[in-house]
Amino acid sequence: MSAETRAFPNAARVALKNERLQGALKHLKEGFQVKRAQAFAGIDDPESLREAARAIRANALSRLDELLVQFEARVNENGGHVHWARDAAEARAIVTRILEERGARAVTKGKSMVTEEIELNAHLTRHGIAPVETDLGEYIIQLRDERPSHIVAPAFHLQRDDVEQSFRANHHALDANRALDSRPALVAEARAIMRRHFEAADAGITGANFLVAETGTAIIVTNEGNGDLTRLLPKTHLVVTSIEKVIPTLGDASLLLRLLTRSATGQVITSYVTFMSGPKRQGDADGPEAFHVVLLDNGRSALLSSPAREILQCIRCGACLNHCPVYGVIGGHAYGAVYSGPLGAALDPGLDGIASTFDLPNASSFCGRCDSVCPVKIPLTKIMRHWRNEAFARGLPSGAFGIGLKLWARFARHPRWYRAAASMTARLLRLSAGKSGRIRSFPILRGWFAVRDLPKPARRSFQSQWGKRHR
Amino acid sequence: MTNSQPDGPRVRVALFVTCLVDMFRPQIGFAAVKLLEQAGCDVEVPAQSCCGQPTYNGGDAKDAAALAKRVIAAFEPYDFIVAPSGSCAGMIRVHYPKLLQDDAEWRARAEKLAAKTHELFSFLVNVRGLKTVTQECKAAVAYHDSCSSLRELGVTKEPRHLLSSISGLRLCEITERETCCGFGGFFSVKYPEVSGRMADDKIADAKGLGAGMIVGGDLGCLMHLAGRIARRGEKLAVRHAAELLAGMTNEPAIGEDFR
Repeated sequence: MSAETRAFPNAARVALKNERLQGALKHLKEGFQVKRAQAFAGIDDPESLREAARAIRANALSRLDELLVQFEARVNENGGHVHWARDAAEARAIVTRILEERGARAVTKGKSMVTEEIELNAHLTRHGIAPVETDLGEYIIQLRDERPSHIVAPAFHLQRDDVEQSFRANHHALDANRALDSRPALVAEARAIMRRHFEAADAGITGANFLVAETGTAIIVTNEGNGDLTRLLPKTHLVVTSIEKVIPTLGDASLLLRLLTRSATGQVITSYVTFMSGPKRQGDADGPEAFHVVLLDNGRSALLSSPAREILQCIRCGACLNHCPVYGVIGGHAYGAVYSGPLGAALDPGLDGIASTFDLPNASSFCGRCDSVCPVKIPLTKIMRHWRNEAFARGLPSGAFGIGLKLWARFARHPRWYRAAASMTARLLRLSAGKSGRIRSFPILRGWFAVRDLPKPARRSFQSQWGKRHR
Repeated sequence: MTNSQPDGPRVRVALFVTCLVDMFRPQIGFAAVKLLEQAGCDVEVPAQSCCGQPTYNGGDAKDAAALAKRVIAAFEPYDFIVAPSGSCAGMIRVHYPKLLQDDAEWRARAEKLAAKTHELFSFLVNVRGLKTVTQECKAAVAYHDSCSSLRELGVTKEPRHLLSSISGLRLCEITERETCCGFGGFFSVKYPEVSGRMADDKIADAKGLGAGMIVGGDLGCLMHLAGRIARRGEKLAVRHAAELLAGMTNEPAIGEDFR
């Protein structure tokens, strides 16, 4: 395996030692877990709601081709255009072409993980187009040239003074004596800067939380209103999203929205829920003249016919990240991929291939909490297990581990051999322990001894003691 | 000794002792036998190795299926199969039928076995109606839910119920009881620093409650926690809850020096 594929263990170690990150991660509980729990306590029978949401998403995936065609027809009727992108390169090319045709140089962007996935900003910059992120978290990480560490809260890994530092380094008109030591002060500063970008933008790019087939509507949820300004002020609006976001009806959207906001931020509803169905109509006071929807596949239709299919049900609420004990101690960047946490562990191998993402589905204790909080009941651990099987079949676990596992399984199939081998191992471990009740190091399973001792095995196994008593 | 002797005929129970109990802490096996006998069971121990979970979680479904078939063949003659572990019981109850789903005959046998396989505490309380034990233990004890017991099998009240009947025992509720301790089988070996940090958080949680002991139903979690406590030089005893329930606490706690 190449060094890059095993970047995760190292990145995780670095993250564990990053005290600023650790400080930020402490807020996962009150920031997300508690709020979600409170929001769910306020609805009757959340389990039925989850099941209904799962059924909507599963049904949509089973009719994906039909719904996408319907969505395209409605968008066309509404005066917009739909573009199909097989992969990231095609999506980037489509977006760049539209912007160039429209003569757009300044572009505002609403939050969109799909544009992160296709690395759109770097591409646009290379083509002389200046994209500005308008979601506050996205804007901050754009200033810092970082990736989002969380799909809902992109700058979750940062603390207030990190943000202050970034503003002072990048906002050259900012008075050095002005205090930026509170959240409202930071927001006011960002808002002032952002306002100028909104006014100057030639085009706006947003993502979509859902696409509604029956109306040709793209829906986004935001709390900052930046999505609306991104869509409404420039002459051109592009929605860049992926094919699996489509659902049949507005009624489906309404049910899914109830779960999305509660699962994501614990809100009954976000400050803004925006329904975007084409360009400005005759008589509309505001709105874009041109409306384009770019639909990205990038491996998704292949996933549709794989055992990982259910990951495409995901509505990107982030609840699995917020409740994941591994994400909770290392944050999102250590995953080294656009999508982190259990979502990433289940999705990234499908998008990027298992060879480069081997660690992600393996770096789970299979505690199952992600499964239990997912609003659309994606069996995340089941999908991670599928990727582990794929990896094992390709001989991806490092040589010694794979061979060890095989050898161990061979022994385990023969209880007598197994007991003989266990007894020998126990004897060696007892020798290492000496008079102490535990072992501090041993030549195999070094990972165990890296952070903990091993209790000393018994002098005689249960089965041998039992056999003696019951002969 | 029990206050509430369960009614009904005696049943034939096969103890699935688990690899870790077999090798590291046989007294948990004997404690389980004692409790099962108190609950009106005749206990037998068929020759056994492992449920196959390490291979299954390692991505080797083929070898795991071969192991599952061995376990099914060895254990299906009994009325019930009981394991002092939510993780191994969950493997048989929840995962064997999935593992063998493509083979009609074996799937049927797996489903039959799954239906009569139980984690120790849930079996004692829900199947055998054991309500209380007559034991004494003066300690503040934090019960650690293993993820498999908690989420896979839904076993939460049963061990707490039984532990509460021990006279002198003060049961503490871990604040983040739904959060994994970081064991996760090979996860603990492959990603030791991540796993260790998760253990530290769990240990701090228990210590913050003033608990002097962590007990649980899965030796994997307990060895991981005890090993981390020892490495950090902290003082917190770790035991399987069955040891307290059966009054078998003469031996040192997990990883402590033998006296």
